[in-house]
Amino acid sequence: MSITGLFLILFLIVHLTVNSMIVFDDTGVLFNQAAHFMATDPIIGIIEPVLAIGLIAHFVFASIITYQNQAKRTITYSGLKRYKQKDSSVGSTWTSRNMYILGAVILIFLVIHLINFFWKMKVSGDPLLEEATGLGGDIENAYALVTTKFIEWKWLVAIYVVGAIALGLHLHHGVWSAFQTLGWSNRKWRTIWNVIGIIISVIFAGGFAFIPLYIMIQSMV
Amino acid sequence: MDLTIKVWRQNNPHDQGRFETYQLSAASQDMTFLEMLDALNEQLIHEDKDPIAFEHDCREGICGSCAMMINGRPHGPEQEVTSCQLNMKAFKENDVIVVEPWRAQSFPVIKDLVVDRSAFEKIMEAGGFVDVDVSAVPDANTYPVGKDIAEESFDAAECIGCGACVAACKNSSAMLFVAAKVSQYALLPQGKKEGLTRAWNMVSKMDELGFGSCTNTGSCEAECPKGISLAHIARLNREFLKAGFHNLAAEKR
Repeated sequence: MSITGLFLILFLIVHLTVNSMIVFDDTGVLFNQAAHFMATDPIIGIIEPVLAIGLIAHFVFASIITYQNQAKRTITYSGLKRYKQKDSSVGSTWTSRNMYILGAVILIFLVIHLINFFWKMKVSGDPLLEEATGLGGDIENAYALVTTKFIEWKWLVAIYVVGAIALGLHLHHGVWSAFQTLGWSNRKWRTIWNVIGIIISVIFAGGFAFIPLYIMIQSMV
Repeated sequence: MDLTIKVWRQNNPHDQGRFETYQLSAASQDMTFLEMLDALNEQLIHEDKDPIAFEHDCREGICGSCAMMINGRPHGPEQEVTSCQLNMKAFKENDVIVVEPWRAQSFPVIKDLVVDRSAFEKIMEAGGFVDVDVSAVPDANTYPVGKDIAEESFDAAECIGCGACVAACKNSSAMLFVAAKVSQYALLPQGKKEGLTRAWNMVSKMDELGFGSCTNTGSCEAECPKGISLAHIARLNREFLKAGFHNLAAEKR
């Protein structure tokens, strides 16, 4: 879980960097260039299937571990519900106890995300992609596709905000937990990883939620 | 003080078990939690009822016998306190107190609040020991140990094996217990001999006995009456990785 998780964070860094081009350049030239590079660079081409394998492995391991652990906790404290007691989960964070649920939310978001953009850019194509980019050659207008989608269908923005928040919560526990699992932690580093985890989760949740909101708000002003 | 005590009663491992409610007025705030249960048992004996079975031994927080879930928390509401040292000052007049045994597949209930924790003994048999050089008496200062290392090892050695970590864990994992034991030996020169196999053997035994795996939620640390730190689990993970590589290398040879 830890190794695949940390690997997926590397992907998130690249993804957020490319996406941020949308905000930095309103003409879309920068983003289209970045998207074109990501689509055609041979090294990215090699990493892409590795990423897919990493994601699938992360999901498969998570499912196995969650199933096994739930099977181990067959007997629960019947007094808790019956007499409305606070349980011993007081010492743990909500995110740490709900990683699989948060992961499932992210997965559902991911499917919607891939259908909306990845599928259209890679497989089916879209008339918006054919629009002129001003860059010449056969560069697709990914900027037009992305911005038009968010402007046309406001609910999509809401879905992206929810997905980003789920990702942030997932990373809030995931980052420090990954280093703890690998043994790269002690009393001092635990605090450091925790802080780094919070910073990373805020950056990714904030960043990925900000971009669709930015596009939507910009279209309204 | 007047109390309402709801206790899990189970005659034997095969019995279904149920909660029973008792009214107790003989308790006082000067009592410990176990003394309160003693008072309740005396009342039950006078009423010709079966007294509540619970484990206890030292009553000074170092034997780890007094395992019970009090109001949904292992060893009750106070931090770093065992049930036997839990003062009744933690409760108020007319409080309802719910007492349950540890719940985990690997800790079957024997009677009432008593659970079978021999699974912990089996984990210890798998690696919780050190080989000792016999023959001549070793010279003084043969094994120099730095103060910070000795203290860290002692922190781990404080584990009393009560099982609160398992009871609190949503996965019924015994990682904090195993981590404490591995950490205790891994840090000292005396424990180096088995160092390459200990973590692997103890964790394998833990899995085999039906404990879950660690997802780093930290409930165990929060509920541990001895305040064993999650840092020991990180050390266990390092020792486990080391043992894994050692096993791989050994297989190749």
